[in-house]
Amino acid sequence: MSFKTFKGGIHPGYFKSATEGKPTVPARPPSLVVIPMAQHIGAPCEPLVAAGDEVKMGQKIGDSKGFVSAPVHSSVSGKVVKIDSCNHPLGRPVQAVYIESDGQDTWHGDVQPRPDYEKLTAEEIKKIIREAGIVGMGGATFPTHVKLSPPPEKKIEYVLVNAAECEPYLTADHRAMLERPEDIVTGLRLVMKAVNAPRGFIGIEDNKPDAILAMTKAVAGDSSIVVATLHTKYPQGAEKQLIKVCTGREVPSGGLPMDVGCVVQNVGTCIAISDAVRFGKPLIERIVTITGSGIMEPKNMLVRVGTMITEVVEQCGGFRPNIRKLILGGPMMGLAQPGPDLPVIKGTSGILCLTDAEVELDEIRPCVKCAKCVDVCPVSIMPLFIGGSVEHGMYDKAEEFNAMDCIECGCCTYICPAKRPLVQWIRMAKGDIAARRRK
Amino acid sequence: METRLVVSSSPHLKTPESIQSVMTDVLLALFPAAIAGVVFFGWMGLLTMVLCMVSAMVTEAVILRQKNIFGDGSAAVTGLLLAMTLPPAPPWWLTVIGGVVAIVIGKQVFGGIGNNIFNPALVARAILMVSWAGHMTGWLSPVDLVSTATPLPLAARGVSTSFLSLFIGTVPGCIGETSAFALLLGAAWLFYKGHICWRIPGGYIGVVFLMGMFFGGMGSLATMVSVGLFHVLAGGVMLGALYMATDWVSSPVTPRGKLIFGIGCGIITMLVRLYGMYPEGVTFAILLMNAVTPLIDRATLPRKFGEVTK
Repeated sequence: MSFKTFKGGIHPGYFKSATEGKPTVPARPPSLVVIPMAQHIGAPCEPLVAAGDEVKMGQKIGDSKGFVSAPVHSSVSGKVVKIDSCNHPLGRPVQAVYIESDGQDTWHGDVQPRPDYEKLTAEEIKKIIREAGIVGMGGATFPTHVKLSPPPEKKIEYVLVNAAECEPYLTADHRAMLERPEDIVTGLRLVMKAVNAPRGFIGIEDNKPDAILAMTKAVAGDSSIVVATLHTKYPQGAEKQLIKVCTGREVPSGGLPMDVGCVVQNVGTCIAISDAVRFGKPLIERIVTITGSGIMEPKNMLVRVGTMITEVVEQCGGFRPNIRKLILGGPMMGLAQPGPDLPVIKGTSGILCLTDAEVELDEIRPCVKCAKCVDVCPVSIMPLFIGGSVEHGMYDKAEEFNAMDCIECGCCTYICPAKRPLVQWIRMAKGDIAARRRK
Repeated sequence: METRLVVSSSPHLKTPESIQSVMTDVLLALFPAAIAGVVFFGWMGLLTMVLCMVSAMVTEAVILRQKNIFGDGSAAVTGLLLAMTLPPAPPWWLTVIGGVVAIVIGKQVFGGIGNNIFNPALVARAILMVSWAGHMTGWLSPVDLVSTATPLPLAARGVSTSFLSLFIGTVPGCIGETSAFALLLGAAWLFYKGHICWRIPGGYIGVVFLMGMFFGGMGSLATMVSVGLFHVLAGGVMLGALYMATDWVSSPVTPRGKLIFGIGCGIITMLVRLYGMYPEGVTFAILLMNAVTPLIDRATLPRKFGEVTK
């Protein structure tokens, strides 16, 4: 089933060929894992273990009383070495549990399969998802159980699986669709049951025909789920754009998908939900695409949460000497890192290594009002005017040009011939406006 | 290794396009019309274009104290555009003054690239027109280069010009404005590269056609259509609508704003042509609309995604 496209967007180079044909390989079991207590949006967890404690694989080692939060689990069996801070992709160090593996990978007693999982109620499914520490695995890491708990007046009609994978370079979701299509559908059905939604969509960009075929086969005979072939355009996988394209509904400004009866889940999240509900496995591993011309052997790997990036990179032959940028996530929205000394977390979809030739340090030129940013903006705001306002410190003007509606996709910065860091300025405006609103 | 790593805000992919590459695209787009200018008006046409570009580029380089004379290419574009709006054989000093005026008064006094309110080439043309009216209307017939009048005042006196000559450009006029064919060819390149969209030229040319058709003298439908078409092809409408009104800096950025801007240019051009003292109104039409560009932008902000109408 083919769908219309959304307004705006860009067609960058996709660079997916290095890894899209490579099956996911399991990473070597790590000898040490560093598990941050904050791997999600919301309240950070408090450690439930102390230095010297023995822990089992899948054991809950951190939790929080906050509703918007998700517990964390040990991804190995072994001994807690220390509780200390560690580097985090967002830049600010966070508290983490350091666990030395005993190499046995003994599962914790709570990890038990549920052969009769189809009989679970909506409430039970949500509880399992919460306890398994599942968060949005596309990169935003919003706790999944919160998304599945809309207030009673909001009726959910559609569950959408975000399988667009519109970020260039990344192929983790693509591989998951080829390798575990049934599990994705199981995850989707469980979410549909949890929110009592009658219809499901799986939205895939049309540059992944093999994935479309695999998913179509996996849903065969189920008329409640539609595999939607989407136009290949960035940001096709932005939540609001995906909803608009699949359902024709527009999430109101400042609102959430649930306001238009929708819940969106990433491919990896669906697999994590399926694993958690059927096998009792908490979220302790994920598929990561390690790619870019700055890495020796690009790969898709199944990596335990808490594995150090250095260790993952080593298993891909190491960095090339001309690496210039290390990015966690994709090139459009990923976070550049000062070094590889930090762990893989639940939201790490990719480790992207760019080289000298791909990292341009451009001089910022004056805006020439070409309006290309206006044309590509998927939410129809005015990036050039917001940028100009921020440049002069006029944040209230930035608000007038709808800075708060920005989804930070980066299309404006990508397309700007004057090399202006528009989305960076818009983020600054959003931060300032949000701070003033709190006062 | 860690000292090598660059940490910057996303996105980490950027378009290969730059201001310089876009200006080069515009120069390429103007190439067919420049060739036509040389073919029809001879070496004086070529000399005028080269002189005007050099004058503009040197002025900009001096003001910005830059060693690279081409710079970001915008001065070369301004110089060439101005030359194309000059008559075929202006005195050399007029051309040089034009280039200097375009850069100094048209652009740098406002703060340089991106900050000018008016199209710099047209600012210079307007100043030259009111200062040296005689030199600015020294029209020559193409190829044989004999003094003559342009199609617009001829039409007012009842002398018609064939559509084929107007389309190919074998009519008297400014160096770069006569050949609709060459101008359209270059504009197709700019459309293809995504540097201009249909809204400004569409609104502009559409209105010129319709106003020419309905206010250019009533008659049979065929006559009215041919009058409309004449107004589109004669004079500076093609050059103005495709290359001057679409100047990024001095035209609106919103989709609706662009259309309104184009329509406004068309209306003013035709008011001057049909009821004004001058035979041609493109220069002043675009300059006037440049002045209201910020207002148009403000009034036509697009509906943001998910906007709730109250």
